[in-house]
Parts: sequence; structure tokens; C-alpha cells
Amino acid sequence: MDLKQLYQDIILDHGKNPRNLGKCKNFNRDAKGHNPLCGDEVHVYLDLNSENEIKDISFEGAGCAISMASASIMTDLIKGKDISASKEIIKDYLGLVKDKSELESKKITDNEKTKMMSLSGVKDFPMRVKCATLAWHTLKAAFDNNKEKVNTEKFDK
Amino acid sequence: MGLNNIKSQFPIFSKKINGKPLVYLDSSNSSQKPLSVLKSLDNFYKNEFSNIGRSIHSLAVSATNKFDETRINVKNFINANCKEEIIFTKNATESINLVATTFGQQNINKGDEILITELEHHSNYVPWHYLRETKGAIIKFAPINDDGDIIIEKFKELVTSKTKIIAVTHLSNVTGTIVPIKEIVEIARKKNIPVLVDGCQSAPHIKIDVKDLDCDFFAFSAHKVYGPTGVGLLYAKKKWLEKLPPYIGGGGMINEVRKDKITYASLPEKYEAGTMPTAEVVAFNESIKFMKSIGIENIVKHEKELTNYALEKLKKINSLNIIGNPKNKAGVISFTIKKIHPHDISTIVDEYGVAIRAGHHCCQILHQRLNLTATARASIGVYNTKEDIDVLCKAIENCRKVFELK
Repeated sequence: MDLKQLYQDIILDHGKNPRNLGKCKNFNRDAKGHNPLCGDEVHVYLDLNSENEIKDISFEGAGCAISMASASIMTDLIKGKDISASKEIIKDYLGLVKDKSELESKKITDNEKTKMMSLSGVKDFPMRVKCATLAWHTLKAAFDNNKEKVNTEKFDK
Repeated sequence: MGLNNIKSQFPIFSKKINGKPLVYLDSSNSSQKPLSVLKSLDNFYKNEFSNIGRSIHSLAVSATNKFDETRINVKNFINANCKEEIIFTKNATESINLVATTFGQQNINKGDEILITELEHHSNYVPWHYLRETKGAIIKFAPINDDGDIIIEKFKELVTSKTKIIAVTHLSNVTGTIVPIKEIVEIARKKNIPVLVDGCQSAPHIKIDVKDLDCDFFAFSAHKVYGPTGVGLLYAKKKWLEKLPPYIGGGGMINEVRKDKITYASLPEKYEAGTMPTAEVVAFNESIKFMKSIGIENIVKHEKELTNYALEKLKKINSLNIIGNPKNKAGVISFTIKKIHPHDISTIVDEYGVAIRAGHHCCQILHQRLNLTATARASIGVYNTKEDIDVLCKAIENCRKVFELK
């Protein structure tokens, strides 16, 4: 285990200065999530157009560097994509932080890949995987219009 | 036995964590176990095992006697009146549930009040919440000040003619506040209200004398007192245990069983249904012997010195904030560092072999009161040393480096 693998520069940057933080104007979908073990909370807002494209996305929340960075990177990646591409990216990401070593999605650029890969270090810190997945599970709930608050304990067992 | 070299009695300290010697500062969560306790567990299963209180063969008799020996030593350890006042449970949580359920069945009606405090662990809130749900009881929270002390004047105001029971922690697992139980019992006595003390955090660290405290109930867990998991303790004044209904039903807690009628065993068996954690209870006797061999006064002195040393060193760390400043503080030190979340602190110090806890420590009410979502907590045990604190401080400094903070 290497701390530098976990706390890479991209993560520190996004953790300290999260992108798309706050409630975006004109959001028409949202979902809440929490991690009951640590008390972290996240609220994801989406502005979807009639083509099912994500015109805007943002999040509110407070948490550790890993959860803030993963939410920030997520919003960065998803903005401008459509739901089906986003769902593919979510699936790819959730695999990456748990057991997969590579990303499979063809819908992301090399630059986006680098950002996602920066979070792959959490694999070696099993207690921190939920920090890295909270926002992503919550985004999925927003796509599915799921009003029930996402609970990380129900995933990532 | 002195306090020098005490780590050598704990096998776990010969292990390396992430290549570093273990610096265990999570004793508020659970304590490590001395070799004597581990040997007892091993020996009991290898050479002495039998269920207790049922069969009449030699092994059963000897196991029953050993089980009872722990009960007598627990009674002496907390200065109870008699061994019938000591009930073994699964953990302190179960002990509190036992009281909440049985006392609630008999004494709580709609609109009755239960007084707890903002310091409580979830285990001394949730069981009472059940009575709010099932019986329509009202739960009142005695407020604390920013130092983490209960405001006694406000506490007094919250005691009314409807207050049926007061349940309060002896020692906060977040701020380290030692709560003035005698003062609270005195307030309660004037109105004839029973007092339950959650002694989980106090039992390993300060002298417990239930006669002197004069509380009605006192709950604690063996695993925090250098003992095995799976054993909780409930002290209750005999009059309560005689009066309250039984809790868990089954074998061992009955007197006579008929198709139309059941009578219950006398104390303490009335509250100990089913096969108990026998080996663990027997081994817990060794934990008490361990505590006694050092002397509780010496433990208090050692931990006080260490707490003061830690507070002094931690306060010097840039942007580190210590949570609470109670009048009387034990070795529980919760803190935050500006711009670094407690989980990140915990992960980073773990690389130095330092075990601390991060989160809300099962005290969400207290964290809400203090406007915090999470804190990092270093908690001291009898085996800790000044060197441990030095390693902790160095590891915390490294958090700032990892996060590139000046």
C-alpha cells in the first residue's frame, strides 16, 4: 500500500477544490445518498434535456478527500454525455475501484480515463471503497428517478 | 506489577502493522487482551469445557464454579452488595436494552419522560427510543456546554414529575468528559427517580464503586476492560431485579414450567437465559485480576499523565482542534484538522501503524450539537506510552504533508 497511490495529485486537487459544487440551476432530477458508517452525505442534481443528455450536473456534500474528489471527477466526466453513455461509465468506474484493473468503456477520452484511473488506488484500501462510490451510486439513483436515499451499506459488500 | 513493559503482556504488540510497530490508540472502541486472558480462553476450551448450571458431572461442576468466581470478582471490582446483583449479558448494549425493555414494560406509559444527555452513545439512546415508539414516552436531552460538560442547572430543570428514569453516560467516548454521577444521583433521589449509568468507558479507566455512586443500574462491557468479546455486565440494585419482569426467555431462567404456567428462576439466573458465553466469562476473571495487579489508582495516574502529555503535544500542531475541554477529562481525545477529513487522517496515520478511529463514534446527537459530521479520535489504554503519542503526532504531521498543507 502506498499513500501516494491513494492521494494522487488529481485527487488532492479535486478534493480541495471540488468542481460543480452546489445546486445547479434548472435541475430536474436529483437524488440523495449517505454512508451510515461515517455519516457522509451527498446530494446529486441533474439538468436533463429531452434528448436524455446531461446539460448540467452538480453535487452538494461534505466528506473526505476521496468522496469529494470522486464526486467532483464524476460530475466533470458526466457533464454533456447522455444517460446511456453515463451508465456505461458508472459501471466501468465501479468495477475499477473494486476489482478491475482497466477501463473498458469506449465512450471516454484518454484524459477522462486518466481522471478515473486516479481513483483506482482505493482498491488497496478496502475500508475506503465506499467513500469512492457514494456519489456514483447516487448518480445512478438520480438517473433511475429513485427517491429512496442511497445507502452505501446496500452496495459494495 | 508495575506499568513498565506492560506491552509485553499483550501478544498483539509483537505484530507489525504496515511494517511498523502497532500504536494502538483505539481503546475506547475496544481494548487489546493480555496473554493471561487468552491463555484462560484456550485452557478452558482445552481442559475444562462444559456447559454450566445444568449437568452434575465433574466438569460441569467445575465450570459452574469458575463462572461464579468471575461473578464474585466482578461484584468486588465494582463494589456491589452481592453477586445476585451482577448479570451477564452479551455486551453493555444488551444490558441497557434489558433495563429499557423490562423497566419500560412495567413503568413507562404515554407521556412519561426519560431523561438522557447530549453526550450519549447510540446504545444509551436507541433502546429508550423504542419506548418512545411503543409506549409514547418522551425523551429529553440534557444539554452540554461547548466544553462538553453537562449543564447541571439545565439538567435540574429537565427533571419533572413525569420523569420516570434518568440514563446517563459516566464518561463520554468523544470528549472524554467524566460526568459527575453522584451529583446527578442526588438530583434524582430527591424525586425518587432511578438512574442508569452507562459505564462502558469508565469501567476500564476510573475506580467504579456502585455503592458510592448509588446508581440503580450500571452497564459495561468486558471487551473494553481488557477482556473477551461477547460478555456484557449489568449491575442493578437487587430490589429492581426482583421487581422487574424477566427479559430473554428460555432454558436456565425458569423455576417450574407447566402447560398453563411458568415461574422464573431466582437471581441472577432469572436474567441469564440459554447457554452463556461460558469460556469468555471465565476468562474475564483474568482481566479483572490484570487490572487489580496494576492497581486502578496506578492506571488512573498513568493515563492522566499520558492524556496531559498528548493534549499538550497535539495542541502544538498547526490547525488541529481538540473537541471539548471538560472540567474532568479522561484519555479520550477527539480532534479535527482544518482541511483534512477524519477518514483521511485515519488512513494516513495507519501507514505509521497508528490505529485511531474516525467518524461519529456512534454519537450523532453529540456531533450535531457540536456542528461536526465526523472527528478523529485517539483513545488511551493502560498499555500506551509517551512514545506512542510521539508517533501519533509525527503521523499527524505527515497528514499535512500528504495534503500539501503548510
